[in-house]
Amino acid sequence: MMEFFNEYLIVLIALLISIAMAIIRVIKGPTAPDRIVGLDTINTIVIVGMVVFGTAFNEIIYIDVAIVYALLSFISTLFIAKYLEGGDF
Amino acid sequence: MWFDYLIYILLAIGVFFNILGGFGLLRFPDVYTRLHAGTKCTTFGSIFITGSVIILGLKMWYLGSTDGSILAIHTAGALVAILLTNPTGAHAIARAAHKSGVKPVGAVVDSLQTKSLKHNVNKKIIETKKMEEEK
Amino acid sequence: MIAFIITTILCFITYLILTTGSGTVGLWSIEEILLGLILSLIAGFVTRNVFIKKDLRMLNPIRWLIFVGYVVGPFFIGMAKANFDVAYRVITGKINPGIVKISPNLKTDLGITLLANSITLTPGTLSVDIDEETNDLYIHWINVKENTLKGDFVDCKYICGSFDKWIRRIAE
Repeated sequence: MMEFFNEYLIVLIALLISIAMAIIRVIKGPTAPDRIVGLDTINTIVIVGMVVFGTAFNEIIYIDVAIVYALLSFISTLFIAKYLEGGDF
Repeated sequence: MWFDYLIYILLAIGVFFNILGGFGLLRFPDVYTRLHAGTKCTTFGSIFITGSVIILGLKMWYLGSTDGSILAIHTAGALVAILLTNPTGAHAIARAAHKSGVKPVGAVVDSLQTKSLKHNVNKKIIETKKMEEEK
Repeated sequence: MIAFIITTILCFITYLILTTGSGTVGLWSIEEILLGLILSLIAGFVTRNVFIKKDLRMLNPIRWLIFVGYVVGPFFIGMAKANFDVAYRVITGKINPGIVKISPNLKTDLGITLLANSITLTPGTLSVDIDEETNDLYIHWINVKENTLKGDFVDCKYICGSFDKWIRRIAE
């Protein structure tokens, strides 16, 4: 079964390159919003990566984890944005 | 099987756009243009990659495996979550960046600036009126 | 009462989607269906005043059909164009940005949310802020055309294309 899904492992490596570029932006970013943009992009790519990982190793449970991760990371992004904006919660 | 070739093509398109998103994140000059790259490209690439997984699941379901149905339907749920949350998060970040004082680099026009200026002036007028009344 | 029923049905459908493939009754097991029914009744009772207000026009199935047609047709084409546009700008580095103001004349919250999300995902535009009183949107535009900058507002057709007409059909 593993050999059949091997193309998804190549996709995972390509997604890692994309995450590496976003991490460079998180480290370099001159202002705080720049860093959040990098983190938001990493979140989206990690969701896709979990779906691909679950498909590659035939473990369906990773896809449920991806759904929950999507919703939680969205809430954390909103919270950080609200904190930067200032004012009342 | 032509299904396999379709899956390969969708994966290639998705990977291309995801890497393009990361590249644009490095190359653009300020927060707003980086948001363009980081939101649009990754959302579009995610649609194609999850689409290929959904097609694989439907194929397995058609060949008689229950795992295929779980794969297809749960991946569609993850895709809906991405499509709902991604633009909203980008909107929140853009608004927070503008309120915390990041100017768009090389902007031709900035209508929001005048709005927030007017807002601040109105606030100051109200505050001074209150101070005078207290005196 | 009708809000309670609709919320319960939506919760039950969500539960069924998340527990696909657990047994032999269709795709679900009998325990999952019973537990999902009880949980969605509780959730529907608690949140009956939160999710649905007095406005019931989205119950019309024709609006949902138009929504599916909108997502598959003009929205997806606009999104593909947007990505090739961003790819062109990433490679060449030609940008001419600015923040402009448009007045789409939509009244409902659902309509303005759909329009803001559509604008964010389509060519060269990103919604930044909203004026709550008049429902005007502030848009970051990556390639401002100089001949559209007359007066306070930019004409809606340069930014939304045909989206505002579709959304008026869906949500107004």
